[in-house]
Amino acid sequence: MTEKAFPYSDKVMDHFMNPRNMGEITDANAIGDVGNPACGDMMRLYLKIEDDKIVDAKFKTFGCGAAIATSSMLTELLKGISLEEARAISNKAVAEALDGLPAVKIHCSVMAEEALAAALKDYENRGGGNGSN
Amino acid sequence: MADDRKIYFDHQATTPVDYRVLEAMIPYFSERFGNPSSHIHKEGVRANQALDFARERVAELVNAKSEEIIFTSCATESNNLAVRGFLKANAKKGRHIIISEIEHYSILNLAMKLKQEGYDVTTIKVDRRGLIDPQAVSGAIRDDTAMISINLANSEIGTIQPIKEIAAIARERGIFMHTDGAIAVGNIPVDVESLGVDALTMSAHNYYGPKGVAALYVRKGNAISPLFEGGFQEYGLRSGTENMPGIVGMGAASALALDEMPARIEHLTKLGKMLWKGLEEEIEYINFTGHPEKRLPGHVSFWIKYIEGESLLLMLNIKGVMAASGSACSSNLRGEDEEDLAASHVLTAIGVPVEFCSGSLTISMGKDNTEEEVLYLLDIMPEVVEKLLMMSPLYADKLRGKDPYSL
Repeated sequence: MTEKAFPYSDKVMDHFMNPRNMGEITDANAIGDVGNPACGDMMRLYLKIEDDKIVDAKFKTFGCGAAIATSSMLTELLKGISLEEARAISNKAVAEALDGLPAVKIHCSVMAEEALAAALKDYENRGGGNGSN
Repeated sequence: MADDRKIYFDHQATTPVDYRVLEAMIPYFSERFGNPSSHIHKEGVRANQALDFARERVAELVNAKSEEIIFTSCATESNNLAVRGFLKANAKKGRHIIISEIEHYSILNLAMKLKQEGYDVTTIKVDRRGLIDPQAVSGAIRDDTAMISINLANSEIGTIQPIKEIAAIARERGIFMHTDGAIAVGNIPVDVESLGVDALTMSAHNYYGPKGVAALYVRKGNAISPLFEGGFQEYGLRSGTENMPGIVGMGAASALALDEMPARIEHLTKLGKMLWKGLEEEIEYINFTGHPEKRLPGHVSFWIKYIEGESLLLMLNIKGVMAASGSACSSNLRGEDEEDLAASHVLTAIGVPVEFCSGSLTISMGKDNTEEEVLYLLDIMPEVVEKLLMMSPLYADKLRGKDPYSL
């Protein structure tokens, strides 16, 4: 039996300790804000989209280790891909990229998927993709 | 990945077995393996003697008589035996019981079960510091009240209840009074005579004894029924072959606790004050929970605005500090679904808004913790908190002058 020091996979711990793309994008043209403090977690996703391509992604998250790691992983997956590819990213893909999450933490990856959907919706609402950006 | 340091600040969850306790236990595995029920031969007689000796030592710790101590397997069993055992044996005394809203799950879930079985349960509220008002208990007593069960100290917020006052009210009204002393006994002076309780739950692993053994004190003259059927062990109230190494360990831990308690309390009170003061000075958004004075020594609990408890705990763990969180998210990582992530009932009971409950932390120090360890925690806290604040969208909103909690 190998002794574990943490309740998560090494990948989750890595993304928790060294979150990628943490912060805000001042000129983001898509923002997804999901969850609320009463639920125990909240994620804000910032995207910079140019020519139907995500050129930058950042996040701020209030939540447990899994919530922070899924936010970090999501931004990594999003950077440099097309909107079409982004729409295909599921919570499962984020969880798998992190080598899995404990059953009780699957909702954290769902939050990441919801944040992405909210950001893409925000982009549409701002008239994204119609040349107005 | 982790710091090699290992600072254990989670003594409310469990304590390490003291090496002196372990030493006392070791012969009872292979050398003195006898069954106390084998009255006739040498091994059996020796085991019986060891059982009596351990019982005396446990009794002495709480100023009880030896024959008032029943050994069980854990505090949960002791709580069940006290409540269900009493109700079973005293069916005529009524079908109403009184508990508090900050009891351990072994009392809360038992009370829920009793409700389904037709009992009435009154749950007493606590104030913002987690204290129960004895007058509220008095006011809840009815003609058909059979018993009162209220914890002596709370593990999450450290508050020590006015059990003496509550027990006096119970006695005056002729009501059986049980207190769950699982995390209090062995750590603060607990005297069944001066408290005036009829039953008391004790837990060995909370005061440097082994897991798998606990006890229930029941005042002489009170009838209780066993939880299950079997032989005549423990006066027929808890049948099954005795856990001899565990019981011997509980006896040894009790003797050490009695002997060393003043020094331990002095040490822990000092560490607790040092940590409290240090955190108060350096962490801007900290809010302490529980009662500032009427609390377990070396127990410091708090929540920090804008940051979440589990991530704080995890970061401290990476830096070698092990503490506990009442956080919604960390309460049951082994659970099956999100239902297992409910906010702490203790924190909501003391009026902490649900959104803040997720930021709570409990630091419970033990006799072997040092000032250096407290200083180390104080040293790393600002940096850890800052890191999480920087990640928090709530804090970002706050900096922009938007109260994120007004939603």
